[in-house]
Amino acid sequence: MTKQEIIEKVNSVLCEEFELEPDQLNPSASLRDDLELDSLDGVDLVVALEKAFDFKSRDEEAVKSIKTVDDIYGFINKILN
Amino acid sequence: MKQRIVVTGMGAVSPYGVGVQTLMQGVYSQKKTVKRMDGWDGIEGLTSYVAATVPDLDPRQLPRKIRRTMGPMAIMATLAAFEAVKKAGLSKDVIESGRIGAVVGSTTGSPHAYLDFYKEYMPDYDLSGIKSGNFFQLMSHTCVSNIALALGIKGSTWATCSACASSSQAIGLGLILIQSGRQDIVLCGGADEVHPTVTAVFNGVKAASSSFNDQPEMTPRPFDKQRDGMVCGEGAGIIVLESLESALLRGADIYGEIMGFASITDGRHIADPDFCVMSQCMTLALKDAGINPSDIDYINAHATATEKGDIAEARAIYDIFNNSIPVSSLKGHIGHTLGASGVIETIACFNMLRDNRGIATMNLSEPGDGCEQIFHLMHDRDMVINKILKNNFAFGGINTSLVIGDYIK
Repeated sequence: MTKQEIIEKVNSVLCEEFELEPDQLNPSASLRDDLELDSLDGVDLVVALEKAFDFKSRDEEAVKSIKTVDDIYGFINKILN
Repeated sequence: MKQRIVVTGMGAVSPYGVGVQTLMQGVYSQKKTVKRMDGWDGIEGLTSYVAATVPDLDPRQLPRKIRRTMGPMAIMATLAAFEAVKKAGLSKDVIESGRIGAVVGSTTGSPHAYLDFYKEYMPDYDLSGIKSGNFFQLMSHTCVSNIALALGIKGSTWATCSACASSSQAIGLGLILIQSGRQDIVLCGGADEVHPTVTAVFNGVKAASSSFNDQPEMTPRPFDKQRDGMVCGEGAGIIVLESLESALLRGADIYGEIMGFASITDGRHIADPDFCVMSQCMTLALKDAGINPSDIDYINAHATATEKGDIAEARAIYDIFNNSIPVSSLKGHIGHTLGASGVIETIACFNMLRDNRGIATMNLSEPGDGCEQIFHLMHDRDMVINKILKNNFAFGGINTSLVIGDYIK
């Protein structure tokens, strides 16, 4: 999967799961401060990504290090590639 | 002297739609709500395919952050609570003062959420796909907790999860909380949602209507000769109970008074009704209100159109009131909304008091054997109504009766 395909799919997951608008999804946007996602949303983000990209994540530290939209792209890219 | 408790706000979501006004327009225009449910005839073992669902419900009117932990029942309960609080004129400061509590019940947590959980969990016993909000939707106190979260209630919150008596017990517990001085104001009510697994419970004990799947408008038929069981409905209702002192201090509009309440258990059978205990319950509620049977102008029966339940309630009513007081059930209008039925029907009763309008039992053409001895309201009519006795009974041998009255200074 190309980086652009990953970006598009991650954005689609974020928009659907958290009812966000595409123009909110700047790569540097902070999940907590800009998109106002909290700890419960963090749990659901992983569940939604696992379903969308068909993987099971056991790396808690990698998940905890996700702070921005760009971090999600990197996280998925690492898992897929 | 017992503290007087009044109602200063009401909110409803019913098979007629959202709002108390919508509910009463539907009731007064005798609109039918029961329909045949798509796909239910494909469920092995289910023979009742009818239900009364809420139309035009838009969950997205609630912000995602509070909606994510709500199944349909909590969404309906929260919308009803918003309406009730608005009508009661309760400011944010008052709501967050800690002097307001909430008691809201339902049969269980959201059946849709249970299904979501087990779809993920089974057959591989895999929990990794379960979303964080799921538990908060299926826990038994989902309605009251989500209402408290949405409104910022800081007082005492309770969930009376006693199936069909959930919201009548909620009103009773609200009375107790105010009379004991623990709260000044309590949001009381209940909610439940239509789901085939819920109808299946009643189907399993031969208490669900199965003969009118192709003529849904003809069922349920409380007290009627052709009745063949209850029909599940869904919805939510919330009333704002308040000490008279608090209501007068706030200058609140007063819809009426909860004059008396009783809740007793038969301790004999989990499902079979006991007319002696029903009649005892009504007598205790009258005593709690400090009035005589002859003071009652109208009885709003539980009457769900089951074979045994309607006969037992008719006999219990006859034992106290003979055939002197008009009786009707609202289950023919909106089905049996289970945990919401006590409060939605109580809201309808307060409107009947205000409008001096008696509502007849829908689909009652000819009273059945054992139901014929009481005074059935066969047609809607104008009548003087100052005091109402309202019954709700539930599996588990739970009996509840409320006495509702006009507010008299």
